[in-house]
Amino acid sequence: MSQSVLPAQRPAGRPLRAFVLGNRAALGTLSVFLVMIAVFMAANPAVFTNWNTYNSVLVTLPVAIFLVVPLVFIVTVGEIDLSFPATFGVSAWVFALLVQAGLDPFLAVLAAMATGAGIGAAVGCLIIYGNLSSLVASLGMNFMLRGFIMIVTGGKSIALISLSDAPAYRILSGDLYGLPVQVLWALGFAVFASQLFTRHRFGARVHCVGDNPDSAAQMGIDVRRVRMMTFAFMGLGAALAGVFSTMINFTWWPTAGDGYLLTAIAAVFVGGTPTWGGIGTVTGGALGALIV
Amino acid sequence: MTNRLIELRHVRKSFGSVFAVSGVSLHVDKGEVVGLLGDNGAGKSTLIKILAGVHAPTDGEILVRGAVVQNWSAARSRAAGIETVFQDRALCVQQSIVRNIFMGRELAGAFGFLRVAKQTQEAERLMREIGFTSKVFSPHSIVGQLSGGERQGVAIARAIYNKADLIILDEPTTALSLTETEKVFRFVRAVREGGRSILFIGHNIHHVYDIADRFIVLDRGRVVLEVARDEVASAEELISFMEGIAHPVAGKAMPFADKMRVLA
Repeated sequence: MSQSVLPAQRPAGRPLRAFVLGNRAALGTLSVFLVMIAVFMAANPAVFTNWNTYNSVLVTLPVAIFLVVPLVFIVTVGEIDLSFPATFGVSAWVFALLVQAGLDPFLAVLAAMATGAGIGAAVGCLIIYGNLSSLVASLGMNFMLRGFIMIVTGGKSIALISLSDAPAYRILSGDLYGLPVQVLWALGFAVFASQLFTRHRFGARVHCVGDNPDSAAQMGIDVRRVRMMTFAFMGLGAALAGVFSTMINFTWWPTAGDGYLLTAIAAVFVGGTPTWGGIGTVTGGALGALIV
Repeated sequence: MTNRLIELRHVRKSFGSVFAVSGVSLHVDKGEVVGLLGDNGAGKSTLIKILAGVHAPTDGEILVRGAVVQNWSAARSRAAGIETVFQDRALCVQQSIVRNIFMGRELAGAFGFLRVAKQTQEAERLMREIGFTSKVFSPHSIVGQLSGGERQGVAIARAIYNKADLIILDEPTTALSLTETEKVFRFVRAVREGGRSILFIGHNIHHVYDIADRFIVLDRGRVVLEVARDEVASAEELISFMEGIAHPVAGKAMPFADKMRVLA
């Protein structure tokens, strides 16, 4: 009984070691990435030492990060969401329509975010209160929303030429010393989300619910609410991804978001989040997006 | 009695026409460990669930610190300071000790962000309070890497954090090795020294005998025996009493015959 918890055992005592231990999955992913790049560079120096190659990756990487990061929450809470490509499409559509109608792009972004979170919550509602399998319900929702887009637009895209002059464009996806500004926004989102994941009440509950929903419920956690919020957060991320994608291209396509389904899911698992729920890594997910 | 924490008076619970608990009167005092014994089907589980507020009693009274509490429920039970550690312990094994202790009742500051340092400190204090400390793990250790007895310690520390005055341990030493059982006993003694009470439910009479200050034996929904520790000579005496209850042999002398309550 005289034994006490040694301070040296606390991660706070050795910050570097603690960081390495806490992020070992993500760091493993990063080293794989560095080895891969080294191999590519050796094999084709002309392409892989050229900054433009990386710059083009940096233009589209943010879109993936906005999808992968909330997807880590979804997988950690023990669910899956396959509806985010359509949520991406619908939210971006709302954004494009509002900008086309002459609304301030900032307000259009907010409207798109609200749309995304709303769709996410609706999907969550179906799964949690409708007691449906998340795989089936979200996949069905994906096809339904995409079909809805196609029927209404008749497959026509929306061009947003005026956007390039708007201050919102310069702030959200302009150019800063040759670096696409959206990279910073995506980075900020990833940092915020990782704080939410590890040091916030919501993140703590996401972990517990994904780990053992019965235990979480016994300790007074509203398991359904936590799951709902996770789906709403996924919708929000999908909306942001949609907005950035539309801004980068100055065009909204009816198929916007479709290509991200499998790559985003792959990035979550490549990043080191296991499939069974309860644990996950946002940092790893972001690195996974980089690799994929 | 000023010392009385929880008291049940003539509590009955029926499921349909069957009485799982048929007229139980018992009490737990402050700072005491009460061992609750009984064979399968004796009504132990139902009694625990009544105390935890999962089941409302069909009739009878529940008193907390001497005052009758009406409309007994899970919320009232919690408010009375009763925490139950069920056999599965309600732990999340992939999470740290800290996260398990604060599960559902996190210490959070502005905008719901966790007060990480404060939680760690508090977890260390709780763990030290019940003598749940070691060189090989810290509050940040993952619960899945702990032994069975240590996991029980996590659940007990959490119950104390939740301001429990009475902790109900449902078979805490079942399936544990000797050294692990000893660990659980150490936590239980520390909790008692802290002035809190424990209702210790066990199958293994030796375990209950080693730790409890008083024993209550249930049989077919009734209390058939209530004896203090110093009235019992050995665990064997309790065992032979329990055997006598389960398989009465005519003419064979029962221990505690003078104290035994008659079964109707």
